[in-house]
Amino acid sequence: MAIEINGTTAEAAPRPGQCLRTFLREQGNLGVKKGCDGGDCGACTVHVDGTPVHSCIYPAVRAEGRAVTTIEGLAGTTDGGLHPVQQQFLQRQGFQCGFCTAGMVMTAATFDDGQRDNLPRNLKGNLCRCTGYRAIADAVCGNAGHPDPAGPGSGIAGEGQPDPEPGRLGDDVPAPASRAVVTGAARYTLDVPPEQQQGLLHLKILRSPHAHARVVSIDKDAALNVPGVVAVLTSEDAPAQLFSTAQHELFTDDPDDTRVLDDVVRFRGQRVAAVVAESVAAAEAGVRALQVEYQELPAVFSPQEALLPGAALVHGDKDAVKARISRPERNVVAELHSELGDVAEGFAASDFIHEQTYQTQRVQHVALETHAAIASVDDEGRLQVRTSSQVPFLVRRTLCRVFGLEEDRVHVVAGRVGGGFGGKQEVLTEDLVALAALKLKRPVQLELTRTEQFTATTTRHPFTIKLKAGAAKDGRLTALQLDVVTNTGAYGNHGPGVMFHGCGESLAVYKCANKKVDAHAVYTNTVPAGAFRGYGLSQMIFAIESAMDELAAGIGMDPLEFRRRNMVREGDHMLSTQPDPEEDVHYGSYGLDQCLDLVRDALDRGSERYREAGLGDLGPDWMVGEGAALSMIDTVPPRGHFAHSHVRLLPDGTYQADVGTAEFGNGTTTVHAQLAATALSTQASRVAVRQSDTDLVEHDTGAFGSAGTVVAGKATLEAAEELAIRVRAFAAGIRQTQASACVLDGDAVVVDGTRVALAELAQAAAEAGVELAAEGRWGGTPRSVAFNVHGFRVAVNRGTGELKILQSVQAADAGVVVNPRQCRGQIEGGIAQALGATLYEEVVVNDDGKVTTDILRQYHIPTFADVPRSEVYFADTNDKLGPLGAKSMSESPFNPVAPALANAIRNATGVRFASLPIARDRIYLGLKEAGLVRAEAEAVR
Amino acid sequence: MDMNTIEAVVRTTDPAQWRDGDAWLAGGTVLFSYGSYAFGPQPLKRLLDLGSAGWTPITVTDDGIGLSATCTIAELYTLPGMAGSEGGGWPGLDLVRACCDSFVASFKVWNMSTVGGNLCTSLPAGPVISLCAGLDGVATILSPGGGSRTVPVADFVTGDATNCLAPGELLRSVHLPASALSAPVAFRRLSLSNLGRSGVLLVGRLDAGTSLVLTVTAATKRPVQLRFEDLPDADRLAAALDDAIPADLYHDDIHGLPAWRRDMTYRLAEEIRAELAAPAGAPGLRFSGDFWPPRAGAAPAAGSTTRSKGA
Repeated sequence: MAIEINGTTAEAAPRPGQCLRTFLREQGNLGVKKGCDGGDCGACTVHVDGTPVHSCIYPAVRAEGRAVTTIEGLAGTTDGGLHPVQQQFLQRQGFQCGFCTAGMVMTAATFDDGQRDNLPRNLKGNLCRCTGYRAIADAVCGNAGHPDPAGPGSGIAGEGQPDPEPGRLGDDVPAPASRAVVTGAARYTLDVPPEQQQGLLHLKILRSPHAHARVVSIDKDAALNVPGVVAVLTSEDAPAQLFSTAQHELFTDDPDDTRVLDDVVRFRGQRVAAVVAESVAAAEAGVRALQVEYQELPAVFSPQEALLPGAALVHGDKDAVKARISRPERNVVAELHSELGDVAEGFAASDFIHEQTYQTQRVQHVALETHAAIASVDDEGRLQVRTSSQVPFLVRRTLCRVFGLEEDRVHVVAGRVGGGFGGKQEVLTEDLVALAALKLKRPVQLELTRTEQFTATTTRHPFTIKLKAGAAKDGRLTALQLDVVTNTGAYGNHGPGVMFHGCGESLAVYKCANKKVDAHAVYTNTVPAGAFRGYGLSQMIFAIESAMDELAAGIGMDPLEFRRRNMVREGDHMLSTQPDPEEDVHYGSYGLDQCLDLVRDALDRGSERYREAGLGDLGPDWMVGEGAALSMIDTVPPRGHFAHSHVRLLPDGTYQADVGTAEFGNGTTTVHAQLAATALSTQASRVAVRQSDTDLVEHDTGAFGSAGTVVAGKATLEAAEELAIRVRAFAAGIRQTQASACVLDGDAVVVDGTRVALAELAQAAAEAGVELAAEGRWGGTPRSVAFNVHGFRVAVNRGTGELKILQSVQAADAGVVVNPRQCRGQIEGGIAQALGATLYEEVVVNDDGKVTTDILRQYHIPTFADVPRSEVYFADTNDKLGPLGAKSMSESPFNPVAPALANAIRNATGVRFASLPIARDRIYLGLKEAGLVRAEAEAVR
Repeated sequence: MDMNTIEAVVRTTDPAQWRDGDAWLAGGTVLFSYGSYAFGPQPLKRLLDLGSAGWTPITVTDDGIGLSATCTIAELYTLPGMAGSEGGGWPGLDLVRACCDSFVASFKVWNMSTVGGNLCTSLPAGPVISLCAGLDGVATILSPGGGSRTVPVADFVTGDATNCLAPGELLRSVHLPASALSAPVAFRRLSLSNLGRSGVLLVGRLDAGTSLVLTVTAATKRPVQLRFEDLPDADRLAAALDDAIPADLYHDDIHGLPAWRRDMTYRLAEEIRAELAAPAGAPGLRFSGDFWPPRAGAAPAAGSTTRSKGA
């Protein structure tokens, strides 16, 4: 019995153990996505005989004789019409990266009114990592989804800000890829149609079962005898060049401590060998057939142990200078020691001193699309790589460096990327597929499993922060002393950068004469840490912002008032660990004070709403409190961040903008179209953006450090402004008038009052041999600062540890908001991700160095049910440095959330929770330890 | 995920066909979620497919309710409202939806996952285990030799992901006796996240108006059942929990620290005792956690509250 897919009978039959998901993809239904492959995330949702199921856990043989509907067939038409739910997701922009969207749409399409009334229950099987679910709720239910533009902090046309223009600056322009996303047609990394993948080989990895070992020998014979296995790659096949998986503009920012395949493994899960085969099944069988002899080496699992004299050395074989490792003989990758002023004096002058050790845990990005790449060598011998990356240009650079290739011999492309959050600012797949493709001269694909994501990619750096801070009764912050140890895991990728950046803006936002920092980034034999949204700031801000509330409580001052007295004001030096401020960081604008007021006012209104609704008292078990925290971030990473854009007029009178930066749900495509449209006095819909392809533009450092708008956008704006001048000049030339008499207007140039269609102008230019095009470049400096303040009102149940978020408010200083809806989405998504990192998420590594939380059921990321609706407000500022007044706003909304929540819990209960995550069990046990609850078992005695 | 080591899918309900490397395939939501390598030292080679067993999912008689192992959770969820259900008035049916809603898996997974699958996976948080153990369910097991045996569900699960099935044995069905179904019941559950995986799940029953049966699941590595001939007071209940559950029986994983699970077990047990002891309409009862008390047609309650019995 055949399987019917979207009305057509499939010719193929499934393999015995195949799940429906891969069968559907093999039949060309690439809208069916793999988020987890374990039934948890719902990205693969399809209908079987009209019933929604997770196709990754549906035995494909069970679909025989049944009719399957995928996102491609949902609308039931071939004329491009949309199902009403697809229409709503498009209209309400119920997505960011869009990787979960097909599953969301397929699920919501089955809802009746009753189900729509209970989305927490009915959408808990559909995980979204980008949006925070508000936009999804609006899409499913058809809510308007817009705050009142006239309300406070709406982000639209504040005093001193430009008025919004339709299709341009300040408008809620929809993402250009909307239609492709809601119909499942958007092409992510592995969404290459089967017919274009002739001869594709698959690569699977044998991973180390030991935390630290020398690979003595690998017997490949049995693996090579497995039918379908083409090659086995080991350290003998890998280049000797050491590199870092971390990607930065300057590769010297990170230590050279990694090989493509090494003969020493330093964490459980590290690559030992790769098997390349005609099918995934054969590659898996080949991996199982490998015989490896290991010589186990002593291992060290905590950074505190790793720092002790005599500890096992993770990279003891490296030369400190050559590898750029601070002290390999003490497992120290990087360190920082600084003192501004004299903290001893500061403490002596304080009336209250707070001392506490704060700890942040390992968290994983959980981008819905796992790491994946395909490499091949084309007919001209050029290496072609398609990868899920935030940094295609840097991937090219690294591949060239590792394999000794010229840049023009390597072409790297990112399709649409299914979420990044910093996790894809690494080379974790590309080097292996490149190695295999260069050796075998055949296309090779590597797709990581969700378990590999948890056990063998990267996490946020765990920080241990010993903090001592003092305050005087008059509200002065007198001294701030921090001893910071970060755990970079087995490799130093991003270890130095995260440590330095973490100790930057988190301290610089406070005026304090006496600041002392000792920080170490330390190797351990555990899964490496890497770049993660916030890049060290979220960890440090958790500690410092928690401490600010403790100091305020200690001297009996309102915590927001305490912050107001000590935070930097426009013009103040921003100092963290250097006596002089960063040369290129300026107050391009300043909205921190507004953000504090917006949050304070919103919390007051919320409190009043609760009281009026009679919800002031939740009963004797519930304790209510509120808290807030602030954060600052430089709008661009330091030491250069480069972008190049190319904008041209096309023959049909529309524009094309080629940019380097990648789209992974950050929304920069829309922003670039809007910035160009503003400069060209047209609409975003008339600007087609092409991106993340190393053949399109010269160079782009990449989409990290929130650079998509403020760096790449600035380059695009410059190109578009230049093109506007050229178009007007050309029009003036052919019409024999002054350029000043030529005004761009939509699809035409108005020349002395007469509309000349741009298409006509383009034709004239072509005939005249003139290319109407322009380039723009930006080097990422000077930089500005952006601010976020978050506030919570919470209720804590003393008997169970349950936490209810009664109100969640964030105010952001994003400068002029290019696209308020999208920017709000970035903030809501950042809040949701931060709630996960505050309340639930933890990559647990056991005593043997094994990651035990290796599937999504063991690593709970926020579901629809977990995320409250947040109120989002924007400060009214206009940045002198950013493009058209805009500032960055991707990473930073994450940063103040954890301390704001911890402060609210502290305010409600009096108990300081200094370790993350603050899960319900730990809340309860913390309250019990503080004597606030008497357990039932003891109460009755 | 693909189970790439599977060489054949065999449609059968005959345990005699079972051999090493086989797994019974019911809904597939567990097998395909964990993959070929997760169920023993050797990867699985064949799936014995119960998909065409044709077993009636739910059978209601005067004696009680029979649930086939292949009854899906979606089918189970419809049980309380089943037309012509002879036992429509059984109070014990109130537990069905509360337990279904305790699945961390979404309603879509319920369309495939089965009663038998949840029992045989034998995780501490398996809500069908809570339901069936709490209602004194008795499992019928078919053996490769052709025989069958029965075992109380409370004894079926022996530890975290372990049960009493011998290799090749097949869980055929569970019988929920009318005697248990006709008793008033209470339910309490807590999770570390909203609508998340159960960290503690307790079911209580008041047989013959006085006899308390308390079933502790999720908090413990296996179900623990306490039976009191008469309704105990809070002290006796706590003492009985002390005796029944040693510290190392509390489950320790990412879904709840053992110390929290222990204290919550005492708390929820006392709430259940108090609820079952109270007359209808009694005020001031404490309802910690979610999904209880049941409310017809309404969204399940989330978060602890205080309210009147039956309100």
